[in-house]
Amino acid sequence: MDMTQAIILTIMTAATPLLLAAIGELVVERSGVLNLGVEGMMVMGAVTAFAVAQLTGSAGLGAIAGLLAGMVFSVLFGFLTLTLVANQVATGLALTILGLGLSGMIGESFIGLPGLKLATIEIPLLSDIPFFGRLLFDQDPIFYTSIVAVVGVNWFLFKSRAGLRLRAIGDSHSSAHALGVKVVRARYLAVMFGGACAGLAGAHLSIVYTPQWVENMTAGRGWIALALVVFASWRPSRALAGAYLFGAVSIGQLHAQALGLGISSQFLSALPYLATIAVLVIISLNRRMTLINTPASLGKSFVPER
Amino acid sequence: MKKTFFLLAAATALAGIAVPASAQGMDKVKACFIYVGPVGDFGWSYQHDQGRQYVVEQLGDKIETAYLESVPEGADAERAIERFARSGCNIIFTTSFGYMDQTNKVAKDFPDVKFEHATGYKREHPNVATYDSRFYEGRYVLGQIAAKMSKVGTAGYIGSFPIPEVIQGINSFMLGAQSIDPDFKVKVIWSNTWFDPGKEADAAKALLDQGADILTQHTDSTAPMQVAAERGALAFGQASNMYNFGKETQLTAIVDEWGPYYLERISAVLDGTWEQSATWGGMADGHVVMADYTNMPDDVKAMAEETEASITSGEFHPFTGPITKQDGSEWLAEGEVADDGALSGMNFYVKGIDDQLQQ
Repeated sequence: MDMTQAIILTIMTAATPLLLAAIGELVVERSGVLNLGVEGMMVMGAVTAFAVAQLTGSAGLGAIAGLLAGMVFSVLFGFLTLTLVANQVATGLALTILGLGLSGMIGESFIGLPGLKLATIEIPLLSDIPFFGRLLFDQDPIFYTSIVAVVGVNWFLFKSRAGLRLRAIGDSHSSAHALGVKVVRARYLAVMFGGACAGLAGAHLSIVYTPQWVENMTAGRGWIALALVVFASWRPSRALAGAYLFGAVSIGQLHAQALGLGISSQFLSALPYLATIAVLVIISLNRRMTLINTPASLGKSFVPER
Repeated sequence: MKKTFFLLAAATALAGIAVPASAQGMDKVKACFIYVGPVGDFGWSYQHDQGRQYVVEQLGDKIETAYLESVPEGADAERAIERFARSGCNIIFTTSFGYMDQTNKVAKDFPDVKFEHATGYKREHPNVATYDSRFYEGRYVLGQIAAKMSKVGTAGYIGSFPIPEVIQGINSFMLGAQSIDPDFKVKVIWSNTWFDPGKEADAAKALLDQGADILTQHTDSTAPMQVAAERGALAFGQASNMYNFGKETQLTAIVDEWGPYYLERISAVLDGTWEQSATWGGMADGHVVMADYTNMPDDVKAMAEETEASITSGEFHPFTGPITKQDGSEWLAEGEVADDGALSGMNFYVKGIDDQLQQ
């Protein structure tokens, strides 16, 4: 493996959890729900995946458990905001705080234990392609899932009938309701999908990225994923581009430092965020396009009229 | 406490007996701790919490403790410290450099509460003490080992923030390495965080990709150790013994032992003998402890042990001249030893480091 490959590989590892969590949240927001609890669901996924991997000796089971943990945690959010119609922003924030605390408690006995790493799956023939073969087709299952999720969500949102309904709910839940669409049920499913993606993203952190459990190991990645959704203007392909751009700039700045180029490290550390802002500004120059993609009912509670 | 003292004084005056020296002390002390990371980071904050638990074990029912973890440096820290001060803490340990100004600010309003700030240098009020450990003593040993063990003559160093404590470490590591191999190279990456396992792992990968084969870190998670283990490189543990994360990787680790210091200071509050101080304990005081030397040949181990012994005995100081600054100017002349003031304000590299500090 040469250095370029090594760098690309590092970028891919850094981008995968961001991409997964962002793609899940993108579907949630397309349905008109704003779940700020991504960080909490992610960290629950991370601790559950690590714990299950330790107890069963299988990192694969850990990944599945992480996914389920995120999903279960998101149902809690769904129950509060969709059934009890609590404020989405407050509930999402509470979910993050609860997740960080609860995961610390669950994970206490797992601190200081080296973890299991999810094995890579080599896809025959394709992995023999020079240069890109090893990079793209000899990866861990969570990486593959993240790519499949982007393609799948893109197809679902823009090519399927159910996706059209989901977008309609996100744009105007009252109209969708009047047309007989089951708003709450669809939103529950979207929230659970978001939870599953966040949970799996967390699992990636604790069994692929850095196979260990330490409290608060998500270190703000859930928030970056949330920002990526806006950055992507709610389009899956742009979320992919955003996650990889963010990953590339964060890894690139580390290499720039190691080369001893003499650029201020504080500036370099801020670069990924500056790049994000720059792209956001460019995107929002076209106001009309931004509005078309923004779910109009985002964050608004829905109470069916009788 | 002032009130109690006044009452006591009045009572003694009335009774006409002498106040024993312990009268200013107390029966039970409440000690509070503020950590920058989670107690489960298995690094910096973890070790401080081990220190807290040690004191609880030693003092039993004479002590009550409380802690806040993951308190961001800056404005939030001030609120956290103030909350503790109001909630009846007798002594508050603020355990990160970035709490320095906040600690002093709150201390001004609560003259009866004792404040202990780790790794800082500001003691603006009589109730503020500072404490730190001479981690650079350990770093010198690491540098020597690195120079002996590296096949390519280059080590990767993951720094957190360019503050004196971290710069001291880098310089000491480099001086140690140069004492073995004058052409040794150190590549530095600043992560601008104390704790972010993912980012620390990425920095470790970047350093290894650029040719380093030994890693050392001044951040708090075990992630760099794991990356080194995965890539078959070597690494040093930080703050706690990280041997379990790299059984064939860890050469040694600098372990922070805060327990004895915490016990001493909290006991002083109990006895009423607490006074402002600036403690800077090192190997000799048992504050800086080296983990077992592993994964190295016997001669390297013997060399490391010898250096450790001579630092512990005070015979050798890592910052002993001649030392040249990065820009080529002379800092210490032959045989001259750096004083603590110069060390605690250190903001320059010694010669040979492949990085530039922003001033």
